[in-house]
Amino acid sequence: MVIEGSRFASRAPLAAAQILRNARLIVGTHAFRLAALYFLVFAASVLGVLLFVYLTSADFVERQTEATLDAEITGLAEQYAQRGLSGLIQIVAARSAGDRGDAMIYLVTDPDGRPLAGNIAAWPAGVPTHSTWLSFALERTINGRHEVHPARGRLFVIPGGYRLLVGRDISDAAAFRSEVRTTLLWAGSIALGIGLIGGTVMSRNLLRRVEQVNRTSERVMAGNLSDRVPLHGTSDEFDQLAANLNRMLDQIERLMTAMREVTDDVAHDLRTPLSRLRTRLERALVAPSGADPPAGASQSEAIRAAIDEADRLLATFNALLSIAELESGARHDQTASIDLSEVARSAAELYEPVAEEKGFALTVAAEPGVRMRGDRHLLSQAISNLLDNALKYAGGGQIELRVFPENGQAILEITDQGPGIPEADRLSVLDRFVRLEPSRTTPGNGLGLSLVRAIARRHDGSVTLEDNRPGLRVRLQFARLPT
Amino acid sequence: MKILVVEDDRETATYLTKGLSESGYTVDCASDGREALFLATSADYSAMVLDRMLPSMDGLSVLGALRAAEIRTPALILSALGSVDDRVKGLRAGGDDYLVKPFAFSELLARLEALLRRGAGPTTTTRLRVADLELDLLTRSVRRGGKAIEVLPREFRLLEYLMRNAGHVVTRTMLLEHVWDYHFDPQTNVIDVQISRLRQKIDKSFDHPLLHTVRGAGYCLRAPE
Repeated sequence: MVIEGSRFASRAPLAAAQILRNARLIVGTHAFRLAALYFLVFAASVLGVLLFVYLTSADFVERQTEATLDAEITGLAEQYAQRGLSGLIQIVAARSAGDRGDAMIYLVTDPDGRPLAGNIAAWPAGVPTHSTWLSFALERTINGRHEVHPARGRLFVIPGGYRLLVGRDISDAAAFRSEVRTTLLWAGSIALGIGLIGGTVMSRNLLRRVEQVNRTSERVMAGNLSDRVPLHGTSDEFDQLAANLNRMLDQIERLMTAMREVTDDVAHDLRTPLSRLRTRLERALVAPSGADPPAGASQSEAIRAAIDEADRLLATFNALLSIAELESGARHDQTASIDLSEVARSAAELYEPVAEEKGFALTVAAEPGVRMRGDRHLLSQAISNLLDNALKYAGGGQIELRVFPENGQAILEITDQGPGIPEADRLSVLDRFVRLEPSRTTPGNGLGLSLVRAIARRHDGSVTLEDNRPGLRVRLQFARLPT
Repeated sequence: MKILVVEDDRETATYLTKGLSESGYTVDCASDGREALFLATSADYSAMVLDRMLPSMDGLSVLGALRAAEIRTPALILSALGSVDDRVKGLRAGGDDYLVKPFAFSELLARLEALLRRGAGPTTTTRLRVADLELDLLTRSVRRGGKAIEVLPREFRLLEYLMRNAGHVVTRTMLLEHVWDYHFDPQTNVIDVQISRLRQKIDKSFDHPLLHTVRGAGYCLRAPE
């Protein structure tokens, strides 16, 4: 029991702390603060408007009463001036006769306060006999019921100590004022209630949309890269934010996929040569050295082969790095206006002897002055890769290198008369490590065309493979600079 | 001749020191930027080999500081960063040549020796001569043993570079860089074929060959013993 009790006792403060923490969390949100501010401003303006309406309407009634009393007393004062005291008494008596329904009060007294004429029996109790404007309570008997009504009046002192009191029962005005007060109170309460609900709904709405963004980012960070922030189709700021975030996520996903592909490629295409290298070195280690010359020769042969293997690996690795660097867009361009024809001619000059030796006829048809903005070294490398490919796969015949302008574009074409590339494979060979020979007997790393594509894209250009009938036509297209 | 090697990787430093000593150079070694700066400013070196990434102060800053202090020791920058941009940055910072890691020692030696020759003073000569081979830079003509040899413009440039470096090994990458301005290695053996074409013209009908292939390193144009 004691344990139970203590446990119960300790749970209550815990719950309280939990509530407090939750409250703090809510209060800490920007949405709550926004809603609170909204509510405060709203409440202040509603209260201000209501107070203004109340004061104006009450004041209006009061001024009306006073104006009536003023007019009445001025009229009676004129009567007195014309017809004297007796005339005044007559008029007052006439006006007092019968209930005219306008709740007017008239009373004329002698200097001792005795009533001479009027519709109330005596000078009202507690009313001073000298000030101009008066507020007093009027005791009345209406339909046999005794009532006390508030009244407002004006005093006119007649020479000789006589006094004229003109007043008005303002119980209607008071009732009106209280009616207005009640109405305004209701209106105020309803408006504040609406404000409170509106603020809450608004902040909840705001919170929910922020919350959606937060949840999505958390899920993405947890590894679900394809998750996206839902759009509401309202194209408001939140939708814009969500759309931008989604675009960013798209890009991240694309980069991540590309990176994963590269890692897979590297794992696959570098592991094989690395293990081959390892085997070669192992064999070189095992080979008996020194004593008999053929063994020693075979050892150095194995080591030389291992070095060649290492060099090929490095070349592959460098090509991969270059492609990644070109594709990441992290490099700062040092682009200058370059003459594409000249770059092509220079490459052809370097390759011409080797082409001839391998049984090709390398010709250049470069129109002069085809200029573009770019990096000479990269373009040379792209042309060199394409020439390497043609020499490797075409087997002989004509290789033509052409540079010409076309519709404001600078075009570079390399054509051969080899087997070409089947249409179905023309896109995929541009990808990393794709080689069409399944046996992979020709040396190469399957990166040449990927690098060409990366270089073309870096120059905002494109590379397309076409049928040369027979052979392959590789076409590089760039924006041409006007000469 | 004294060479300063600035390299933080001990294995590479040992490898360089050993190789350069065997080739007849005196070698001092610094393993970080401050030490390199201290050594380079306090002693007189014929050339230095400078790694780009160093602890405490990177290689390019060291080079910048040295050049600002009017120390013009020829510098060969070694770096794992091999893009054209990195190369340009290295050369702008005051490097005289740029070699990307990993490298063959023969390549490094050939380049270092080319730097040392360049440091010996500019040659304003208009005529190059190796044994009975003559090259006239003004008329752009080649003669051997008094006989005119017809060469193509690219062969002339290639021969000029080989003759300027006569007696020394030049590598394929050096030829690609200096004659063709190509900073990458084509997959095809373009240089070998260019050399064999040139050899046909200058050596074929003569008793003593001048243009030699150095296995595993490159080529060397030299007068017969």
